[in-house]
Amino acid sequence: MTTVEASPLVELRGITASYGPIDVLHGIDLAAPPGAVTALLGPNGAGKTTTLRVLAGLHPATAGDILLAGRRVNGARADDLARAGLCLVPEGRGVFPNLSVRENLRVATHAGHGLAQVEEVAYARFPKLGERRAQLAGTLSGGEQQMLALARAVATDPGVLLLDELSMGLAPIVVGELYEQVARIAAGGVAVVVVEQFARIALRVADRATVLVGGRVAAEGTPGELEGSLADVYLGGNR
Amino acid sequence: MDQFLIATITGLSTAGIFAIAASGLVLTYTTTGIFNFAHGAVGMLAAFSYWQLLDWGLPTGVAVAVVLLVLGPLFGLLVEAVVMRGLFDAPETSRLVVSVALLAAALGLGVWLWPVDESRPLDFWFEDNFLGILGVRVRWHEAIAFILAVVVAIGLRVLLRSTRAGVTMRAVVDDRGLASLNGARPGRSAALAWALGCSLAALAGILLAPAQALSQQTLTLLIVNAYAAAMLGRLRNLPMTFLGAAVLGLLDSYGFFYLPTDGRFGPYLSTFRFAIPVVVLFIVLIALPSARLRTNAARRRLAAPRPTWFTAGFQAAAVVGGAVVLAIGLSDADALRAAKAVGFALIALSLVPLVGWAGQLCLCQMSFAAIGAVCMGHLGQGGNPWALLAGALIAAVVGVLVALPAARLTGIELALATAAFAVILDRWIFAMPDIHLWGMTLSTFNRNPVPVDRLSLPFAGTLTTKGLLVALAVAFALLHLLVVAVRRSRAGDLLLALRESPAACATLGIDPAGTRLAVFAFSAALAAVGGGLYAGTLGSISPSSFDLFQTLPLLLLTVAGGVAASGGAIFAGVVLGLIPVVGATFAGIAGLLGILPGTMGATLGRNPDGVSTQLAERLAPLRSKPAVLAVVVVVDVALALAWANDVLGGWEASIAAFLLPFLAARGVNATRAPRTARLADPLDGLEDRRLGPADVSAIDEALALAEVTR
Repeated sequence: MTTVEASPLVELRGITASYGPIDVLHGIDLAAPPGAVTALLGPNGAGKTTTLRVLAGLHPATAGDILLAGRRVNGARADDLARAGLCLVPEGRGVFPNLSVRENLRVATHAGHGLAQVEEVAYARFPKLGERRAQLAGTLSGGEQQMLALARAVATDPGVLLLDELSMGLAPIVVGELYEQVARIAAGGVAVVVVEQFARIALRVADRATVLVGGRVAAEGTPGELEGSLADVYLGGNR
Repeated sequence: MDQFLIATITGLSTAGIFAIAASGLVLTYTTTGIFNFAHGAVGMLAAFSYWQLLDWGLPTGVAVAVVLLVLGPLFGLLVEAVVMRGLFDAPETSRLVVSVALLAAALGLGVWLWPVDESRPLDFWFEDNFLGILGVRVRWHEAIAFILAVVVAIGLRVLLRSTRAGVTMRAVVDDRGLASLNGARPGRSAALAWALGCSLAALAGILLAPAQALSQQTLTLLIVNAYAAAMLGRLRNLPMTFLGAAVLGLLDSYGFFYLPTDGRFGPYLSTFRFAIPVVVLFIVLIALPSARLRTNAARRRLAAPRPTWFTAGFQAAAVVGGAVVLAIGLSDADALRAAKAVGFALIALSLVPLVGWAGQLCLCQMSFAAIGAVCMGHLGQGGNPWALLAGALIAAVVGVLVALPAARLTGIELALATAAFAVILDRWIFAMPDIHLWGMTLSTFNRNPVPVDRLSLPFAGTLTTKGLLVALAVAFALLHLLVVAVRRSRAGDLLLALRESPAACATLGIDPAGTRLAVFAFSAALAAVGGGLYAGTLGSISPSSFDLFQTLPLLLLTVAGGVAASGGAIFAGVVLGLIPVVGATFAGIAGLLGILPGTMGATLGRNPDGVSTQLAERLAPLRSKPAVLAVVVVVDVALALAWANDVLGGWEASIAAFLLPFLAARGVNATRAPRTARLADPLDGLEDRRLGPADVSAIDEALALAEVTR
């Protein structure tokens, strides 16, 4: 873990968002500095994924500011944000199942890097992918698919990496390996935001954490500060 | 042996053209997820444009370049921007309907720009030059077609597998959102795919045209033949697509050289050649393992209103009442036109359970109608109405026979299989002479138009033209009530459940195949009754009255009107009935009207609920005010009588009668406005706090809920 002192690379200030008439986020504040892992925790339906989608330009904010490197980027399109260095690995398996591993990596070249460079970084980090470069992504195991999603994200050299439920449906040993990689990625200067329903997994690598309940920030602090109060927050004791 | 060699080489050349057409189709499907039914029509438009440019004096090379590099891609970009954009999350039926609509619109455009009564010969490329291959003289044109097919195959393989643009196109179909997250621009990918796809269709059209008389329908159908090749490659596998094209090209050529034209079987087999590709298509569709074709998941849902008996009865009465008024006020000639429109509406009604509720896109509805019409012609001499029942029974059996192999097909596959069946009937079965088997004679058209006697009813005798109009309207009203009864029954719910989730139905023990067979039989029987009655308005029928190209406007207008309710059928009947009237009144736009069903399908087909559902929603407030409804009915009847007695003009009375219910419904809504305003108060600010008992009481009071519901 690193000491968190740098100014945030990506920041949300007072974000509200809704699905049709239903408001789901009620003034979220979140800051993710470079070189650190920021965990976004909370029970089902807390608004974690929506927060990431707002950050990535996939869902509009109805109020508040989204700041990327100090610049307000409300309303920017997802593909423009991706080209600017913000990368989201969505919930589930963030791969194109009918494309081979190599073709999946080729799609990542839109962010400005050549295929050779993307492949080099990806295979160096996950050698198993190199062995399966011609295989269709849909036929890889769950863990390998998450590796591919992560590799594709990292190979584009993003400034901000947003990871949504990386552990979903995976064996604990695979999750451990993936989060080791996440910590290494952050150590390289990337601002990483991880969304996890299972707090303990994320808190192992996080520098700071924000807990959402009912679309509001219920608690915020370092893993040490939060550990004792998490159960209370999840069960509504803090509301 | 020489003949075999010639047939083989000719077949391979045709195969090259089929391969180009099919690969364009595969490209569009792989990269956009949309099966482009209009692919053949785009090729047709390109061939006509090519002829036009040559006719204006452009050299061949320049004309080819303009069509392939400018007009084809531009048309593709236009289609993507105007028609296809925003369809990625639409229900599959809507996507297919819009694509079919584009086919109809392109055909209409072709007929409008290049009227059919003119000869437009096209020369082969390098007309006088031949090439010797294994001692067989082959035109350079044919050799070039084959070489171009190989070039296209290699080019597409490289594009889709080894370039970022191609891989991105495939990625967008896999997961549009994820592609965006990687910095891809899905809109640009789709535009590029459509431009390339249309350019390939244009190339196929130009290559095919010199060997054919330049005809809109023939050329469109010839490229449709390539669909079989594309399906053999499951719309994805280019090598298999090329193999399919080779098989098709060779079969077509061997059919031409070897199928007998005389002798005992000659008359039955000579026309089979034209049906070979669609027979192959049908076999490919039902024989290949059912790997579900990839389509994007639909997020928008279709409505399927469940009318009350009061509403259904009111609609039935309105149809019959309208017909009576028209019978009083119209001349005999106009009454016959109106009767034809009701006939169309009757056939369109058969689409409601099949397409509207079960979500089965069927493109052979006019073929089922043709069975009813033929039965009426052969068995209904003297206007015997029992012939309608015979037609319905035979059509139901044929419907089951079509559905039996097609029962596991859905979406694109089903649409193509039913289109193939329609073409098999049009081009082969209906073109045969009478078939004599075991002392029985099976007769369809026997190569001649079949006269159809006008309906004769007990107590009424043979109907007059106006009597026929009213009788058809009564038939529509009765069948409408039957359709409503099915919708309100468990069967109706079952069909909707099947449309929404076949998997969920299967887990509940519902047999999807059996349910599909039943709805096909029911729909075919309805179409046959409609066809029999419609035939009575024509006097004599021929296969062209009921071919695939007649199904298209019928389907598109019903979908535009709202295919999940009888209102969609009425809309189709009214528009198809009005087209000749408007064409006669405004001669200048008569040609343009041919594009109307296609453009309506392409624009309104996007809204799967259709016009009639929207109009019904607007009229809904009237149901709560019977007194206002009664006044509206009385005034409308008065307007109708005023027109029938020449007090008011036809257009004025129609417009006033049409607008009145909507104005009245609006008025009823306006009187409710203060109640809606009252609602706002207790709801204000609720989103920021928990609901307490006091809030619930306040809402109940505002909504004026009865005590018992609290």
